[in-house]
Amino acid sequence: MKDPVVRLQHVARAYRTGAVTIPAIRDISLDIAPRVFTVIVGPSGSGKTTLLNMVGCIDLPDSGQIAVSGQDVLALSDNALADFRARHIGYVFQAFNLIPVLSAFENVEYPLLLLDIPAAERRRKVLAMLAAVGLEAQANQRPNELSGGQKQRVAIARALVKEPALVLADEPTANLDSVTGAAIIALMRQMQESFHTSFIFSTHDERLMKEADQTFTIRDGMLVP
Amino acid sequence: MMVRLAVRNIFRNRRRSLMTAALVAMGSLALLVFGGFVTNIFAGLETGIVQNGGHLTVYRSGYFLFGPGNPAAYGIDDHETLMHEIEADPVLHGMTRVITTSQSLVGIAGNFSGGTSASKTFFGVGLIGADRERMHTWNDYGAGRVYPPDDRLLDPTAARGVIGRGVARMLGLCAQLHVPNCPAPEARPAPEGTTAPLDPGLAELALGEQGPAPDANAAPRIDLLSATANGAPNIVGLEVAGVDIQSVKEIDDNYIAMPLALAQQLVYGRGTHKVTAITLQLTHTADLPAARARLTALIAEKQLPLEVRDFKEMNPFFTQVVGMFSVIFLFLTIIMGVIVLFAVVNTMTMNVMERTNEIGTVRAMGVRRSGIRRLFLLEGALLGGMGATFGVVLAFLAIWAINHGGFVWTPPGNTDPVPFLLAWPTRPGLLLGSWFGLVLVATLATVPPSNRAAKSRIVDALRHV
Repeated sequence: MKDPVVRLQHVARAYRTGAVTIPAIRDISLDIAPRVFTVIVGPSGSGKTTLLNMVGCIDLPDSGQIAVSGQDVLALSDNALADFRARHIGYVFQAFNLIPVLSAFENVEYPLLLLDIPAAERRRKVLAMLAAVGLEAQANQRPNELSGGQKQRVAIARALVKEPALVLADEPTANLDSVTGAAIIALMRQMQESFHTSFIFSTHDERLMKEADQTFTIRDGMLVP
Repeated sequence: MMVRLAVRNIFRNRRRSLMTAALVAMGSLALLVFGGFVTNIFAGLETGIVQNGGHLTVYRSGYFLFGPGNPAAYGIDDHETLMHEIEADPVLHGMTRVITTSQSLVGIAGNFSGGTSASKTFFGVGLIGADRERMHTWNDYGAGRVYPPDDRLLDPTAARGVIGRGVARMLGLCAQLHVPNCPAPEARPAPEGTTAPLDPGLAELALGEQGPAPDANAAPRIDLLSATANGAPNIVGLEVAGVDIQSVKEIDDNYIAMPLALAQQLVYGRGTHKVTAITLQLTHTADLPAARARLTALIAEKQLPLEVRDFKEMNPFFTQVVGMFSVIFLFLTIIMGVIVLFAVVNTMTMNVMERTNEIGTVRAMGVRRSGIRRLFLLEGALLGGMGATFGVVLAFLAIWAINHGGFVWTPPGNTDPVPFLLAWPTRPGLLLGSWFGLVLVATLATVPPSNRAAKSRIVDALRHV
């Protein structure tokens, strides 16, 4: 395998509720290959989201090591971690999480602003990305004027516009009907191939495993061989 | 983008934001209208004082503390030479509008005309009528009383003066002077057993001594008795040309103004005529520190035993009124600030709670904690700025409406009702101070909610529904 885009070594994470400690991830070690479509499958409560959060550097493990694009993310300060996310990681959320007061164009433009990309280049990239997800005509529409599928397309465009090394999608089709969900998965697959980006998405729908280049199954916080 | 985002976030919940901005606007309105009111009071009070007493007065050393008890002992020697030097001074000449002299005196005034026999002590002032008329026209702020032309003291050689309404009342002159709201003294019965029928011959003689009954249309005459600088008693007659009502009753009950020459004749008799004060009225109050410094230096150069006092020292009431209204204004400012603070804290806390998921999203996308803080602080500042700007517009409209409403009132230091006017709040200290102050309060009010937003964990924020 080429150098993995994500490497987890003996990662563990538990949540504490009062005096009760609930282990979410128990000693997981895995390597995710670069520029492939990776699926993490597991039932609800199995630890998929926790694992994805840690890979996406928005949560930290209690123990273990995490490297993303070769960077030991646990060694980064809070600001450096934010900058790392801004540059290297894109997110697609289950509930789309678009900023409601911004248009589709502005939502896609937002990650580029964090990278201080000049206005003209931003505009070119955003329009190209909206065209790639088939939403040129909806560029000026606000999220509340878009359908669920369109919102998720905007979210995909937003995640990809900065050409990150890694795109994470936490159950991106859970809020969509089956037809739209399938279309979104097909779009993500197509975008992954076009942009040669590493895609990791979580799902509890084992039927989607056939789309994956690499699959990890997780149950009770542990990888299932 | 951040400004665009902040503006749109403010209008996300229009009603809440408008209510908060309206509260800030009310704060701004209250501060500016009250500020205009206070400014006008200060200006009116200062104008009244300067119109009558000028900005700076030169006294003989010690007069300010001890002179009013014996003005004759504190005359300024060779005052004419000093007057000429002040007039010729290149610094003072450019700043000074009127230079005049006056003589204070104390004594007893008596009305023994006709069947009246009344007397009382008085505080008098001898002045130059033409200078007084010029001083009355000073109106640097456009906020002062407009004095009608008054020629009663213009003739410097006439033995004619004006008296306070209280003096007129106590000397029984109200009817002759046609003074409104000025009752005649009550007739007191003679003590029992002291009167007996008068012999007809004596009665005729007594009537002859009294002379004819006073002409109701003729100006009454009173006698003024005072001690000269040498301690000898002296007396002059004064034709009372009318009353000049003073705003403070104690002054009004004792006030007599007359031409300077008459006062000097009463105080100095045949001796050298002096004055107790040389008064300077400046064109602008702003020149006061420079004029005072120059005048003090001039006196020091000549080694003269004189002292300089400004109108604030001579009128502690002015300083007290300024202090009182300043404290009230400060109190109002604090109340408004607290109201705005709590309103904005409440609004921004609700905004943060409603946008928790959004905060988690943008943090996941790479926005630093400081970026979240900046966004909410900007929203607070914009909310405050919108409210404060709206408040400025409202304040100008309110002041215009009040100034055109025809209201009247009697402010401190005035004797008669005057139009109720508010100064336009164009002083940078008031206008910009209140605007920036409210924006600052609104911004500071956003600090706790923005800190809470910035400190929230991304995964917790993303889970927030």
